[in-house]
Formats: sequence, C-alpha cells, structure tokens
Amino acid sequence: MSEQAATLPLGTTSKAASSAEERIAVATQLQLTWWRFKKHKLAYASGIVVILFYLIAIFADFLAYSDPQSTAAARSFIAPQGIQWFDEGEFRPHVFAITGKRDAKTFKIIYAPDPTQKIDVKLFARGYSYRLFGLFKTDIHLIGVDDGKVEDRIFLLGTDLLGRDLWSRLMVATRISLSVGLAGVTISLFLGVLLGGISGYYGGAIDILIQRLIEILRSIPTIPLWMGLAAALPRQWSVVQVYIAITVIISLIGWTELARVVRGRFLALREEDFVVAAELSGASQLRIIIRHMVPSFLSHIIAAVSLALPAMIISETTLSFLGLGLRPPAISWGVLLQDAQNLQALSIAPWLLFSAIPVIIVILAFNFLGDGLRDAADPYG
Amino acid sequence: MLAYIFRRLIFAAATTVAISVIAFVIIQLPPGDFVDAYIASISATGGQVSLAEAEGLRIQFGLDRPMYLQYFAWITGVVQGDFGFSVEWRRPVSEVIGDRLWMTVIISVFAILLSWGLALPIGIYSAVRQYSIGDYVFTFVGFFGLAVPNFLLALIILYFSFVLFGANVGGLFSAEYQLEPWSWGKVWDLAKHLPLPGLILAIGGTAQLIRIMRANLLDELRKPYVVTARAKGMRESRVILKYPVRAALNPFASTIGYLFPFVVSGSIIISLVLSLPTVGPLLLRSLVAQDMQLAGTIVLMLGVLTVIGTFISDLVLMWVDPRLRAGLDG
Repeated sequence: MSEQAATLPLGTTSKAASSAEERIAVATQLQLTWWRFKKHKLAYASGIVVILFYLIAIFADFLAYSDPQSTAAARSFIAPQGIQWFDEGEFRPHVFAITGKRDAKTFKIIYAPDPTQKIDVKLFARGYSYRLFGLFKTDIHLIGVDDGKVEDRIFLLGTDLLGRDLWSRLMVATRISLSVGLAGVTISLFLGVLLGGISGYYGGAIDILIQRLIEILRSIPTIPLWMGLAAALPRQWSVVQVYIAITVIISLIGWTELARVVRGRFLALREEDFVVAAELSGASQLRIIIRHMVPSFLSHIIAAVSLALPAMIISETTLSFLGLGLRPPAISWGVLLQDAQNLQALSIAPWLLFSAIPVIIVILAFNFLGDGLRDAADPYG
Repeated sequence: MLAYIFRRLIFAAATTVAISVIAFVIIQLPPGDFVDAYIASISATGGQVSLAEAEGLRIQFGLDRPMYLQYFAWITGVVQGDFGFSVEWRRPVSEVIGDRLWMTVIISVFAILLSWGLALPIGIYSAVRQYSIGDYVFTFVGFFGLAVPNFLLALIILYFSFVLFGANVGGLFSAEYQLEPWSWGKVWDLAKHLPLPGLILAIGGTAQLIRIMRANLLDELRKPYVVTARAKGMRESRVILKYPVRAALNPFASTIGYLFPFVVSGSIIISLVLSLPTVGPLLLRSLVAQDMQLAGTIVLMLGVLTVIGTFISDLVLMWVDPRLRAGLDG
C-alpha cells in the first residue's frame, strides 16, 4: 500500500493522510481493534500488568527463593524482613540474621534481626531444585544466599504458621491461580461458542431451549451450588484430579455469559448482506461460520474472555478460601488466604493479608483490559 | 399483562423444579452415604459399628431404596414442610435451620435495597456530571467494588477495624442479645449491626448498577427530545428526572433479577468471614460433615429464595415498563 501511495502525485501532508486512510480501509478487523485498543491508555497499561503476572506465573520457581513446602517450627510467624541495600554507604545488598528467643512468660518465640550478622544476598544463587517450564531441571533462583540455608535467611514477606516463606508461596500460587482461570475460560469458551453458536445460528425451538437453560443456570446462586459440587470431590483425589474437577465446576456457570455474547453476535450477523451473499454463492454452513462470521466477532469474544477470566479467578479463590477448592499441598491464592481467615491469625501475623494484594491487582487489571477490549471490539463504532 | 405474569410464574415453577433436582443431586453426590461417614467418625474415636447395625441405620434413614424413590420421598416431605433429618445434629432440618434462613433473607434484602438506594442517585449524578471529579471517584470506587471479592473486603475491614478501633465487627447481635428471644431491643440491636455486612454485600452489585444506570442515562441524555425540553426552558432537574431517567430505568430494572442470586451467593461467604448467624456457616459445616439432607435443604431454600426474588423483580420491571403492562413485549 505504501507503493500505491508513492505513485500518487500529492503533497506530503495529504499523502500521509491518504495512506493512513488506506491503511484503515484495507486493515483486517483485528488490526483495527488493536489500533483502537492502543489508544485506551488504562486498558493498555492493564494489559501490560496482566502480561507481567503471567510472566511471574511462568518463572514462579525462579522468582521464589525458598522451597514453598519446606516447613520448620523454628521459623513460625516471622515478620517480613526487608533487604538492606547499603552497608556504610556502599552498595551491598544484605539481610540481617534472624535470631529467635523464647519468651519466659508466654512461651512464644520472639524473633529479632541481629544487625551484627550481615548475610549477603546473591543474584542467581542456588536453592531448591525445580523444573523450569516443567522440563529443565535446575536449582538457580533470582536471589539467594551462600551462607547457610536460604529458608532460614530471607523473609521478604514473612512466614506462615508452619514456617513456610510467604513470598515464595505467593509466586507459586500465582501460577496455579492464573492457570485455573485460563483452563476454566477455555472450557467455558468451548461450551459458550458451541451452545451460543447453535442457539444464534439455528434459532427456533433449540434457541428457546438453550436460552431457558441459561436463564435457569443464572438464577441459581452460584456459591452454594459450587460448594455442593466441590464438597463431593473424594478426599483421596490427587492434586491434579482436584485441579481439573474444580476447573470444570467453575466453568459450569461461566459459559452462560460467553454463550450470550456469541448468540447476540450470530443473531446480528445472520441478516448481514455479506452472509446472505455467501449463502447465495453456495458456501457451506461451516465455511460461512468459520470464514465469514467468526472473524467479524472474534474481537468481541476476546473481550468477553478477558472479562470472564477474573470471574474464574475469583471463583477459584473463593472455593479454596472456604477449604472446598484446591487443597494443600496445592498452593493457590485462595489456599494462602485460607490461613488469613480468622482474626486470631491476622492479629498475630497481619502479613498473611499480603496474599490479597495480587488478587485485587490482577482482577482490576483484567477488568480494565476487558473494558478496553470491549470498547475496541467495535472499531467502526 | 396477565399473560406476562403467568409466563413468569411458569418459568419460576420450572426453575424451582430444576433447583430441587440439583439440590437432590448434590445430596447424592458424595461417594458413600451418611452411614459411611458416621461409621468413619465412630471408628476414628475407637468405637466400632457392626455391618448389621450399619444396615439397620441405612434402613432407618431410607438409604436402601432406589434413587428416584428417595427423591420423591424427599420432595414429598419438602412440600409438606418436612425437610428431613439432620443426622449430624440429630434434630429435624427445619429446627436446625431455624431463624438462620430469615437472617439470610433480611441481610440479602437489606443489601439489595441498599444497592438500589445508592446506585440510582450515584448513577444519575455520574451521567449528568460526566467526567467530573465525582464521576471519576465513583467510577474508581465502582471498579474497586467489582474487582475485590466481597469476602476479601470483609476480611480487610474485619482486620482494620480490629487494629484501629479494637472492635470485632463480626456477628449480627451484641453478646447480651445472642441467645435472647425476639424483643424490640433485639430488633434495634440487629438494626445497628446490619449496615456493615449489608454494605460489604451491596458494593459489588452497586458498582454494576451504577455503571448500567450511567451508560443508559448517557444514551438518553443525547437524544433530541432532551434538547427540545431544555430549549423550551424546562427546569434542569425536571428535564432529567421526568423522561430520560424513567427511560433509563428499564434496562436497570431488568438487571435486578440477576442481583438476587449474586447477593444470596455473597451472603454465604461473608457470613463465614464475619460469623453472621445466616445459613452460610451451616451450609459449609454440613457439606464438610456430609450431612447432606441439611446441605440439600439449604441449597434448595437459597434457590427458591432467588426464584421468588427474581419473580418480584419481574413485577417491578412490569411496573416501570408500560410496554410490558400493555402486553407488547417480554
């Protein structure tokens, strides 16, 4: 198209304008959506936040430093300890050694940092071994110490009752919570596109049937329903089995909203000239749907998905928080928040509430992102 | 108009039947029955139950009959007001639930009235003063209300009120009224405790309603008839309230139906965090103990509650939308 623009005998400014116009004229629907989306600053920034969170999910074990399952009674409820960046004006990241003393009256261990013992924090240090991307066995972590076990040295966000490091658990939990959302949305999307598509494309009795089913499903309060289903999962199931079952349970309701969007688009597009034209030229139904209709509402589906994802994440967090979702040793945001459930635990260890922060950030980011995408999905509007 | 009410009634009945089946399926889902759980709990404490005794218990609770018979026996009882027997509490289910269902109703209805009461004026304000500071503040608070799951909000408020004021904001009654029979003093005590859980419960729905109201009203305000009304010199408050707000109310009212299941769901979980005496904590406990007749009854009652709520919101919708009354639409 730049070639065409160059052959036109026009001034520089109008040349630029006409090439921009041409760019819009020949751009695909997705390109138009993308250009419009980029103008929406808040949504764009939220998109970056979401990507960062998924990067954390991918490199969770690398960003963690302590073994998230390693317990020790001697490290119970240690308060968060920051990294000291400078030592007498010199850049030397270090932490103070933590020493615990048992209080003679209450028998509680009281921890205090000992400023005389400085332990250097090293980059790319060795720690517990894990598999990067589930494939490569390694024990390199972003930070660590050379002096002693890292589990006894660094406490960025403190520890829980069993002495497990909260920062490391939060990293690993991010991976599980975000992937449950993705898996749940995939199932919902499949059901939603299939049933919504059938409903919108064929109409008639089957449409009424599916619409009534959706209405009934949406008029049932979800949490009691999920609780009932989740409580029925056998106790002896493995972490993976429970994970799959929970994903399926939360997508049982999630598909209805996606089906509604897909049906709405099908109904709107069915009467469009280009669909009628394709029908008259003898295109098969499948071809009409996949080649002509889906591309023109793909951006709507992407927007609906990004709005469905936070709902999925909240569902998993809620169920796990109640103790009916993922169970230890699995770590998710909900499992972590379960430790912060009562006032007693919170008054002893308020840092356990840190687990709420990533939940709130990710859900806000997904909501802004989805809103921006929804606005951008109508590039001609 | 009657045809519309009739159609909604049929739908409510169909939903109720569907919910009763779902509730029964939930009762039946866990592997093993109550007798298995009972035996497990007894042998955990060192006791023993013989096979014959187990069979006797099964027959006593009617667990030996085929599934559909168990459903009909259960649903027949439910219709007659007999919700079965809570095997964990060793008392009839209706006695165990007692006041708790009414507490759930009171909190949910209060939260919904609060959502409407807040969302309507705020929505109108945000639309009329679009892009003002107030609009931005409400948009932000609204997004926050949507994004923070209400149990997290409850948890955060619980913690900070404890740290800052040293008070436990949980519960619905003061200690002295907890076990008292109902009296005016107790009602007043309840009224004092209700606003906080009500607000926590309402905030998510309010945020949604504000956005809907704002978007609808903005669409209406751009229409030529509003310009005409202004050009004729009508007072601004009248210009806005007389027609655009009424027209914007329709989609607003139709979303109310979804608010009921949402709020009832939320009440379950914030009751656990704030230890409110609703059916929420009871449901969780019965599910963990596999006391399924109790759990199923609670799921059924909550479902029926939302069906009634949705039906009422349909009637409200009819009241605000003259087209429905004339039988033109719906």
